[in-house]
Amino acid sequence: MKRISDYSTLSAVEAVRQSIARAKAMSEYNALISLCEDRALDRAAKVDAGEVTGRLAGIPFVAKDNFLTIDSQTTAASDFLRGFSSPIQATAVERLEAEGAICIGKANLDAFAHGGSTENSAFGPTRNAVDMTRVAGGSSGGSAVVVALDIVPFALGTDTGGSIRQPASFNGVVGVKPTYGAVSRFGVVAMASSTDTIGVLSSTVSDAELVMDILCGPDERDMTTIDDFFEPTVEPLRSMKIGLIKESMTDEVDSDVVRCTNDYVNELRAAGHIVEEVSLPLLKQALAIYYIVVSAEVSSNLGRYDGIRYGNRADGQSLAEIYGRSRDNGFMPENKRRIMIGSYVLSSGFFDAYYLHAQKVRTLLIESFDSLFEDYDLLIGPVTPTAAFKLNENTADPVKMYLADIMTVPASLAGLPAISVPAGESADGLPIGVQLIGPQKSDAMLLGIAKQLEETI
Amino acid sequence: MNREIAYEKYQMTIGIECHVQLDTTTKLFSGADNDARDQEPNLMTSPVDFALPGMLPVLNRRAVELAIRAGKALNATIAPISRFDRKHYFYPDLPKGYQISQMYQPIIIGGFVEAPLESGETVKVRLHHAHLEEDAGKLTHQLDSSLIDLNRAGTPLIEIVSEPDIHSAAEAKAYATELHRLMTYAGVTKGDLYHGNMRFDVNISIAPKDSKQLGTRAEVKNLNSFRSVERAAEYEFLRQAELLEKGESITQETRGWNDATGKTSPQRSKEDAQDYRYMPDPDIPPLVLSPEFIDDIQSQVGALPGYFRATWQSLNLDKSVVESLLDVRQHAELITAIQDDYDDDVARRVAHWFASVVRAGEEVSGPVKNLQVESYAELAQLVIAGKLSSTAAKEIFVELTESSETAESIAQKRNLIQVSDESAIQEIVSSVLDDSASQKSIADYLAGQEKALGYLVGQVMKQSAGKANPSIANQLLRERLAARKSSS
Repeated sequence: MKRISDYSTLSAVEAVRQSIARAKAMSEYNALISLCEDRALDRAAKVDAGEVTGRLAGIPFVAKDNFLTIDSQTTAASDFLRGFSSPIQATAVERLEAEGAICIGKANLDAFAHGGSTENSAFGPTRNAVDMTRVAGGSSGGSAVVVALDIVPFALGTDTGGSIRQPASFNGVVGVKPTYGAVSRFGVVAMASSTDTIGVLSSTVSDAELVMDILCGPDERDMTTIDDFFEPTVEPLRSMKIGLIKESMTDEVDSDVVRCTNDYVNELRAAGHIVEEVSLPLLKQALAIYYIVVSAEVSSNLGRYDGIRYGNRADGQSLAEIYGRSRDNGFMPENKRRIMIGSYVLSSGFFDAYYLHAQKVRTLLIESFDSLFEDYDLLIGPVTPTAAFKLNENTADPVKMYLADIMTVPASLAGLPAISVPAGESADGLPIGVQLIGPQKSDAMLLGIAKQLEETI
Repeated sequence: MNREIAYEKYQMTIGIECHVQLDTTTKLFSGADNDARDQEPNLMTSPVDFALPGMLPVLNRRAVELAIRAGKALNATIAPISRFDRKHYFYPDLPKGYQISQMYQPIIIGGFVEAPLESGETVKVRLHHAHLEEDAGKLTHQLDSSLIDLNRAGTPLIEIVSEPDIHSAAEAKAYATELHRLMTYAGVTKGDLYHGNMRFDVNISIAPKDSKQLGTRAEVKNLNSFRSVERAAEYEFLRQAELLEKGESITQETRGWNDATGKTSPQRSKEDAQDYRYMPDPDIPPLVLSPEFIDDIQSQVGALPGYFRATWQSLNLDKSVVESLLDVRQHAELITAIQDDYDDDVARRVAHWFASVVRAGEEVSGPVKNLQVESYAELAQLVIAGKLSSTAAKEIFVELTESSETAESIAQKRNLIQVSDESAIQEIVSSVLDDSASQKSIADYLAGQEKALGYLVGQVMKQSAGKANPSIANQLLRERLAARKSSS
């Protein structure tokens, strides 16, 4: 795969042309919803003329199609927003553009980022970069595939419960979900506000580090952003104490995944780090909490898509009919499922039993992470229980689909940084990643360790 | 039913929720202009108010400061930590599909308002809490369509929720009036009632006087004047009393008020009550306020109505004069400044002028142009010194309110300075007494007809072109005639 540094010999216009040509050649993967060809070439010319400079000058990238971009549509892979043109850009896109990076297209996703396979897209499923009969993972499936296919060296994604880490793992790329609040959510179609994070998928850890360094930092348009803590690590690293989460290494987890995780653990040990087994007993409960809290927030955040001011609008004889039909046409079945669950858990009489109770258990989960981080610098475990599954394999069984998130949601609920890095392959050659989870604001340290190993391997 | 009988038999219990529009430059969560008065529809909106995808709320610091000010005026506690929640419902006036409010941990806790009644007594109304929230947009329904204006969407409000401590329509009006005074004096709101800057929801129930239980309540929503609060409370009381007398029960419902007919009518009953699916807003971190910050903001609040009422005690003003002066904060401040810089006599005279001007106006539209303490004090001093008649002073006062000239120069210009110089008036008195036309009145007066003196005083005033000090003229005439009587 191409690194950012591989582009140093190309002009920006050449780089963009190559990216776009490759994107078109790889269209059968359905990784992109749209291309931003005119704007990209226009900006590339400006970079070549020296009008725009920066650490990513002339580097093409792809944004998941839930990032608002100007001069192109932002669909969130939904029929509701098909053709929607935003007057403003997401802060993350603005920051990359300010460093000279060029957005060449918008990546496919599960509509409104609801899903873990990019099969819930109104624009059709994205195919796995290694095996076209398999899913790309999701919801940032398109972002992972464009990197794995060498269309661009990095892509923007969003991770609410694993949506960057899981597709990164399925396609053999690096995926970074930062500390909650590290990167502004402004201009990104909201899924679940309390766990939504903006991150990057890339071919190498050091490229991810560079992009995160640019993305991190407070934004006055997002009150949940925190101070800029991100400082890329300088080698050599001290010896770290690492906890291997034992509940994520059970018999229910595919043996290839266990093997790859153990291989990575051995490499960590070889690099001088100490790895010990630790327990996170709330791992399984975390999934239940996640689907209550996230669905509640989803049902709320999707309230604005009513067909009145923008987006899909259906005809109707009454207001209720306009609302009903617009939302019925605009949302995918998975969107509706989560709206139903979310509305139910927030409704009068059930709020305490579901939402409040879930938030209490969430606090317990955060506390158990805190106590682990008293003794350990970071935690390690698999990203997913299996490698990429077959297209349509899980679509009929939402619960089975949700179970694939079991190892990624705990870090999301606790607002912790977590990264997914390639750790090997399954017996049939499918990529398998490993997950590193650290305390809040330890993002650079996680990337530092992964970088150390990446350079060793 | 008979009004007297109703009042004899039943007692009403009222709680009032009041929405106060905060006087901020921008909206509660966006940078859009907050002053939407007389603007084209939908121009005062930002992508946040329009609820485009990916937009996030950013809390307006000024709105928080104004809420903290309100807390002081309401004798309430400011919560060290408060939070924002989402209240969900689907309606085109609500772009996000939820209103950001404070359901669980409001910024203002407790407090009370002491409202003066026309009877001279005071009603004390305890407050449950007050919370920050955003306003919704406005819908205009046409024959076969509806138009949406989002200019008001996102406007910052505080909703002040009282305890059910109000027991008459007069008390309801007094509470609403005093709340308006408190909020305008503390600089929380412009207080423009015509543009809905303060809106009252009146919850009212009635019960037999000896009953310990409250009746079923009805809520009359969206009243935007003190008078309508009073009239709606009175109407509801009688309506409910009539129903109870007929043996019928009261429905728990929301009712609307028609100012033209003076009646309430049902809007929604409890059965169609919506489930708002309240949820903490994850986009807004908890609002944490330090005691130092709260003190700093509250120290900026100026004098409140109660302060003026207390300091004016020594002026011996009628209650109605006091309350009409309080209608305009700047006028009240001016009177107190005069009281401080001059004396009670000067202040009392100025107070009466202001009260008469304000009362004469159809609607209290705001302070007069000229708010110079010296201007008005000088005017009062001219009257005290006998240089101006009270009629002339009133005339000058009207001009003075819009002028930068001194009271004396206006008096000179209008030729209104009184002659109080005795020798000058003595000359005129002589000429009047010598006038043949005066002889009958002189004879009448000397014969004991006191009234006849009026004609003579009138003649002196006429000859002096109105400038003679009438009391001096009166006194000199009496002296001269008394001398004649004794010499004859």
